[in-house]
Amino acid sequence: MKISYRWLKEWIEVTWSARELGSRLTMAGFELEALQDGADPLLELNVTPNRGDAMSVIGIAREVAALSGIGLGGPALPPVAAQFKDTVAVGLEAPAACPRLVGRIIRGIDNRAAVPACMKDRLQRCGVRSISPIVDVTNYVLLELGQPMHAYDLAKLKGGITVRTAQAQEKVTLLDGRTVAVTPDVLLIADEAGAVGVAGIMGGERTAVSESTVDVFLEVAYFAPPAILGRARKLGLQTDASQRFERGVDPALQERAVERATALIQSIAGGSAGPVQLAEAREYLPRRPAVPLRRTQLQRLLGATIEPSQVVQTLTALGMQVTDTPSGWQAAPPSHRFDIVIEADLIEEVARIVGLESIPERDADSAQRFRELSVEVPSERSVLETLAARGYQEAITLAFVDPGLQARLFPDVKVKTLSNAIASDLAAMRVSLWPGLIRAALENQRRQQDRIRLFEHGVRFLEQEIDTLAGLVCGARLPEQWGAAQEARKPADFFDAKADLEALLTGTGASADFTFEPGTLSCLHPGRAAQLKRAGQPIGWIGELHPALVDELDFTYAPVLFELDYAATLRVVRPVFSDFSRFPQVRRDLALVVDDSLSLSTLRERVLLAAPPFLTSCVAFDVYRGPGIETGRKSVALGLIFQDISRTLTDEETDGAVAAIVAELRIGLNAKIRE
Amino acid sequence: MEQALAEIAAAADLAALDEVRVRWLGKKGVLTEQLKSLKTVPAAVRPAAGQRINEAKQQVQEALDARRGVLEGAAVQQKLAAGRIDVTLPGRGEEPGGLHPVTQTRLRIETLFRRAGFDVEQGPEIEDDFHNFGALNIPPNHPARAMQDTFYFPDGRVLRTHTSPVQVRAMLSRGAPLAVIAPGRVYRCDSDVTHSPMFHQVEGLLVDESVSFANLKAILHGFVRAFFEKDLDMRLRPSYFPFTEPSAEVDMSCVFCAGQGCRVCKETGWLEIAGCGMVHPNVLHASGVDAERYTGYAFGMGIDRLAMLRYGVGDLRLFFENDLRFLRQFRALEP
Repeated sequence: MKISYRWLKEWIEVTWSARELGSRLTMAGFELEALQDGADPLLELNVTPNRGDAMSVIGIAREVAALSGIGLGGPALPPVAAQFKDTVAVGLEAPAACPRLVGRIIRGIDNRAAVPACMKDRLQRCGVRSISPIVDVTNYVLLELGQPMHAYDLAKLKGGITVRTAQAQEKVTLLDGRTVAVTPDVLLIADEAGAVGVAGIMGGERTAVSESTVDVFLEVAYFAPPAILGRARKLGLQTDASQRFERGVDPALQERAVERATALIQSIAGGSAGPVQLAEAREYLPRRPAVPLRRTQLQRLLGATIEPSQVVQTLTALGMQVTDTPSGWQAAPPSHRFDIVIEADLIEEVARIVGLESIPERDADSAQRFRELSVEVPSERSVLETLAARGYQEAITLAFVDPGLQARLFPDVKVKTLSNAIASDLAAMRVSLWPGLIRAALENQRRQQDRIRLFEHGVRFLEQEIDTLAGLVCGARLPEQWGAAQEARKPADFFDAKADLEALLTGTGASADFTFEPGTLSCLHPGRAAQLKRAGQPIGWIGELHPALVDELDFTYAPVLFELDYAATLRVVRPVFSDFSRFPQVRRDLALVVDDSLSLSTLRERVLLAAPPFLTSCVAFDVYRGPGIETGRKSVALGLIFQDISRTLTDEETDGAVAAIVAELRIGLNAKIRE
Repeated sequence: MEQALAEIAAAADLAALDEVRVRWLGKKGVLTEQLKSLKTVPAAVRPAAGQRINEAKQQVQEALDARRGVLEGAAVQQKLAAGRIDVTLPGRGEEPGGLHPVTQTRLRIETLFRRAGFDVEQGPEIEDDFHNFGALNIPPNHPARAMQDTFYFPDGRVLRTHTSPVQVRAMLSRGAPLAVIAPGRVYRCDSDVTHSPMFHQVEGLLVDESVSFANLKAILHGFVRAFFEKDLDMRLRPSYFPFTEPSAEVDMSCVFCAGQGCRVCKETGWLEIAGCGMVHPNVLHASGVDAERYTGYAFGMGIDRLAMLRYGVGDLRLFFENDLRFLRQFRALEP
């Protein structure tokens, strides 16, 4: 809100410079956002939504009075005596929404008269266009006193006015020429011929004043905030008036405002005034019951001792009626304060005016106690750094993604869609972190980054929100470098990403619980995808992006993707020591030819089935297909390590074990032994 | 004899030296032959002749040993010289990645608050009206709803506009006393140079029997100093949030100009970094906490903003573009 320094000075003889004033107000809750220096400095203040009462020159003047101790002044506003008896009939059909309306007819004005330069200038500097004496005066009073009012061309008004709720689909044509259809929760002002304005928001076109207007009817109302709140926003019609009514206009201000407007109109455009008429439903006017304030609670909530005299002085300076009670005080707020309802509100007022800087800094009393540190939950940093150490950069992508891309990746997953997305390609909540990582990878590829390893830790949105860790690997296996094997420049594949995943799984202390099972997911290569399971429960996927998508998205290299349910995957099992052998180990290598479709896990199962307990490890160290091996078969080289916990194994024992394994593989898997 | 020593001196390598040894001391070497021929020498001079030959043998052997030492040393030197590498060539293998600067900042905040006795809480990102607004003393049509442009779903739920709903959830599930922070993603539907539709906040909450505004000031100032590792000034300006009373906004002296005024702080010398206040009794009540017995403070800070100040990043949007050239700049290890 913009406040003219000189205008303010008409209401309070402030001695502070505009800058000093700005900083005092900032520290009292009205932040100075900008200051235009000049002959009449203009302060731009941020008034918080609870302080509708401060959205005016007089409102700020009241604050300055409380802060400075200087009394409030202001122009004398003697009532303008009525020169005739005519009135406009006023009906309050919705008294809870509009319990008070003050009106006055002014006849014989010249609405072509020149508006004084000073008024024009002040309006313009506050962002209001000068239009005509009548309109300018209503705006001037709004800015000065915070009371919105409306002037009707009396000649165009048909009979009296009533304040009522709208009928279903009732249409009103407004001052700005627009016609809006309103709902029954909207309050209207109507005459005998229909609506003449949306209450508290904007007047209607039919009864608007014009240059040729001679007689006007001023309507100055108090509308209850609940009757106005949200309506302007819904209609797309936020106005200076609606802003103030939503936040609360002083229900005792209407007479004063009408007198101020009358005097100003007469001084500019002449005319004679009728009586000030009042329609009131007193029982619906807001009450301002006294709020108790305990000395102990003031001390307890602020952690500061404030002198009782200072409390009384501060609250009194803010216009409250303060009385002593056995436990402290009670304070009845003035009619313009809508925000003083509970004890904490009074404590805030005291703190605000006394100054938050006067409250000391003191550490809270806290008992020492141990907090849970579950072995099952690894620190997030250690998880993220496991991937970072393996070359991955963490990404943070938006939680809403392009619905088209997501549907292409996950055609069968139910998606939550925003009602008011900022862009159509940011409308769908992600069901996987992959759309975001794919988008980020493509952007980096476009920026000529040809080796991309990204991961993200965040929520994906299925029926539930699932804490998720996902990654993407794309481009060369290792960074470009000298002296590395040719292999290192090849694009990373499934097994490179799998190694990274296995590194994470090792960190759980339960590697043996995890299995990778061939599976299909429509966005992954059907032959290069696996579902990750922990103790049989599905917890994630890893696979190469489907070749059709690689082409469609224009990836240079096929990315490998993985995604895990964070909590289930990374639950840690505390390691327990198990003794190891002090006796020598024996290694035997086996070269087997088996069916190409045989998985290593099946092969290993058979080996373990036939092996004695002293087989400690079985490693595949080569897999070969091609010349020398018949089509449909492959050669697998296994390294078998034998070691007993309590003695040195004899050759016979080892040979016997190998023979048993070979026999099992021959019979069970149709394996041939290569010599 | 002279000749033997000359040959030893001339031997260029270990092989040549060995040839010299064989020629003089081998089974058929010159000196060995001389010893053998002693039998033909008259007995009277035999001892003296024998002694001379043995002395000569010994001399030759010593010369051979000395020369071998020299040649062996040279051979080692040569082998080392041949094995020289260019130590300025880069190392082989994978290069490390790193954590996102916003994550680094969030983890730093979590560490600092854990050390001060706070637990870290999480809450859902899709919230219902009660937790995001109602329980926080923001009824329908409240002007504060317009302060936060909200993303809605067709069923009326919202993307949380702040981390404050976690306050309510933590109090409802754990009761008082309570000391938690809740970092996380939040969403508002505006997007421009200084706003992203998704950003990060951290909420703090302390509820106990006599928590005061003085305690709030102490924790915030302590945090600012610990986070930036500088003795920064802090000031609180009264403000308004529906869920706290009294409410304040928190400014710290600008880290770039030490409060002198610069472009970053818009010449004010102050940077706004948090909103805070004493938990509104209505919020305590809605969260099942006895508002007469307990008081509490709460604060909320922008993690992205703290990251921008910490790393000198001028444009918020860089955080969410995931440009590798940007991300790679923040690989330094953290405490």
